[in-house]
Amino acid sequence: MSTFEYAPAPESRAVVDIAPSHGLFIGGEFRPAADGKVFKTVSPASEEVLSEVAWAGEADVDAAVAAARAAFPAWSALPGAERGKYLFRIARLLQEHSRELAVLETLDNGKPIRESRDVDLPLVAAHFFYYAGWADKLRYAGFGDAPRPLGVAAQVIPWNFPLLMLAWKIAPALATGNTVVLKPAETTPLTALRFAEICVQAGLPAGVVNIVTGDGATGAALVGHEGVDKVAFTGSTEVGRAIARTVAGTRKKLTLELGGKAANIVFDDAPLDQAVEGVVNGIFFNQGHVCCAGSRLLVQESVADELLDALKRRMATLRVGDPLDKNTDVGAINSAAQLARIEELTAAGEAEGAERWSPPCELPSTGYWFAPTLFTGVTQAHRVAREEIFGPVLSVLTFRTPDEAVAKANNTPYGLSAGIWTEKGSRILWMANRLRAGVIWSNTFNKFDPTSPFGGYRESGYGREGGRHGLEAYLDA
Amino acid sequence: MPERSGKQSEKQSGKQSEKQSEQRRLAVLKTYKLYVGGAFPRSESGRVYEVTDASGRWLANAPLASRKDARNAVVAARKAFPRWSGATAYNRGQVLYRVAEMLEGRREQFRAEVADAEGLSAPKARAAVDAAIDRWVWYAGWTDKVAQVAGAANPVAGPYFNLSTPEPTGVVVVFAPQESSLLGLVSVLAPVLATGCTAVVVAAERAPLPALSLAEVLATSDVPGGVVNVLSGRVAELGPPLAAHGDVDALDLTGAGPEATALEAEAAGTLKRVRRPRPDEDWTADPGTGRLLWPLETKTVWHPMGV
Repeated sequence: MSTFEYAPAPESRAVVDIAPSHGLFIGGEFRPAADGKVFKTVSPASEEVLSEVAWAGEADVDAAVAAARAAFPAWSALPGAERGKYLFRIARLLQEHSRELAVLETLDNGKPIRESRDVDLPLVAAHFFYYAGWADKLRYAGFGDAPRPLGVAAQVIPWNFPLLMLAWKIAPALATGNTVVLKPAETTPLTALRFAEICVQAGLPAGVVNIVTGDGATGAALVGHEGVDKVAFTGSTEVGRAIARTVAGTRKKLTLELGGKAANIVFDDAPLDQAVEGVVNGIFFNQGHVCCAGSRLLVQESVADELLDALKRRMATLRVGDPLDKNTDVGAINSAAQLARIEELTAAGEAEGAERWSPPCELPSTGYWFAPTLFTGVTQAHRVAREEIFGPVLSVLTFRTPDEAVAKANNTPYGLSAGIWTEKGSRILWMANRLRAGVIWSNTFNKFDPTSPFGGYRESGYGREGGRHGLEAYLDA
Repeated sequence: MPERSGKQSEKQSGKQSEKQSEQRRLAVLKTYKLYVGGAFPRSESGRVYEVTDASGRWLANAPLASRKDARNAVVAARKAFPRWSGATAYNRGQVLYRVAEMLEGRREQFRAEVADAEGLSAPKARAAVDAAIDRWVWYAGWTDKVAQVAGAANPVAGPYFNLSTPEPTGVVVVFAPQESSLLGLVSVLAPVLATGCTAVVVAAERAPLPALSLAEVLATSDVPGGVVNVLSGRVAELGPPLAAHGDVDALDLTGAGPEATALEAEAAGTLKRVRRPRPDEDWTADPGTGRLLWPLETKTVWHPMGV
């Protein structure tokens, strides 16, 4: 069926200048870790070392929390309009640096440049714009006449959308008058450190934003720190549980955005070509490294064969490879550890009797790669139907009636998102009402917007990010 | 044989002959029971504990609920959730208002029970009961408004109709305030019901009788069985299995006392929503919307627009 060949279309790396080493951003300045420890961050597409980054220990976390605490009185006392103007400045600077940041994100994370350029970066700037406007309007947000900030916010973010998750955390925290200490993921620290430079350029007062890089131990020290008033975490449900245990009985307000195992439900009256695009976007967007990924396809039995044929045809056209190539659809798996997890779970899928299929697909010889994969013959008891794989792996199940679709979709401890594909409006609303998930996409999938609250039910976490609702996490409401 | 509720009727009766007949008559005591799934069982454990008033006078025996009773209550609450959360907000408002009506008719009983439970003077007990009834009315009126206050139409940058609506989180375990046996209880329970959640109440440990009597009101107020389940017993015994239970979605630890931190940590295992106790909560103050909003989930639905 191949009629066109693609020529390479690489985005230039020249727009990015990566320093050979990076310090921690504490109190408005970059500094090495107190004990001098560093770690390396690599490009997952090539395993090339991009930079050495300071590894924050307890002393560094302590210093960062102290800097945030010191900055809090003045920052929270600033008129909202002035705080807002800092955020507007940051939003503008992010726009000005968006190509550079997109390339840097793609290098450090492995995601296709098409996504970092067209999805991540526009949403990052939009998020700061949106919350900038709230800074002087908080009394109209429905949380009382004079809602107060909480104090120092400890924020720990994952590696799948490094800069976007930073924006989701920092923008509402600053708009409401909190100061922050943010820990980016170990494998993707670079855009957060570039963001720190943007804060300096914006003239943001020292200590309002602090960035500490490190691993899980750094994050644990941060969320467990006595001087922290608020903890916001995005990441795995397992770590979320540990954090909830850590903050039990303290004053720390907690919001968690955790894992998911979303059902993407296709009815027999759905426009199948559109549904196939939505299913592909739902699970192969960002290599499936998406907490709200549509990782379980529930298709009505009467159209299952037709849909699967179309889906396989479409999957065969996905281009897997160089993330900097503008024609790439699926980039690199973020790390060797994540690749091992995906391989382990897919092996379990085969061992448990599900049928595995991938299109013919040539993978690069260096870096971490995984071909788009689907499993058929999956039962609800299979691990590939129950556990979050966080990779480009789709499990296909079937249903006959809407009730069965709802029961299967809700048969998970998670509840982050779900998709519904049907032409019948009343059925969309009926389904949306019954699905126990925080975000429902009807005839679309993986759409995000700063005005639209995002977050889960049950073990997908609590609290919302985005929209008016997102302010509550950072106010004493 | 202890006397109960004698003082109240004595004051109200002016006639000597009635008083004499009252003295001759042996009071019919109430056997207090749990309220689970719309029925009034004893504890499956067969245990009771003695409930006394502030001065140590025996009032009654209350069931000493067991872990098994707690699990039964969760099963009942889970079973009742689809119907209660699926009822129209108008209908929930009607039912909750009916609770206030039933309470109004039992003011005397609750005044006596609250006075005994909390060692209050008659005027203070009266004020507490009246405030509790008025609080039911306040929350009954919220059922069909909370979605408008807590929801949002979101102006996303694209051709989508984007709507956020609140939904009840599910089964909520309410550790009732220890110091305010009826007003405090109503203040924490009624908002949970108004949102469409179902509840397992752990009544105030030392003063459970008003809560157990409230169950009788709920049973005669069109509140479907299982929507509210009332347990009396020890927080230290009932708390851990409830906090760990996979079918419980949220914990209100207001009355959990020294157990609160351990229960919050236990709840982390299943990532339950937790409302921590707040020191010195004033049950007579304007309650605001906080207790309505905490057991809600926000669901955001994206609909493409196009022809």
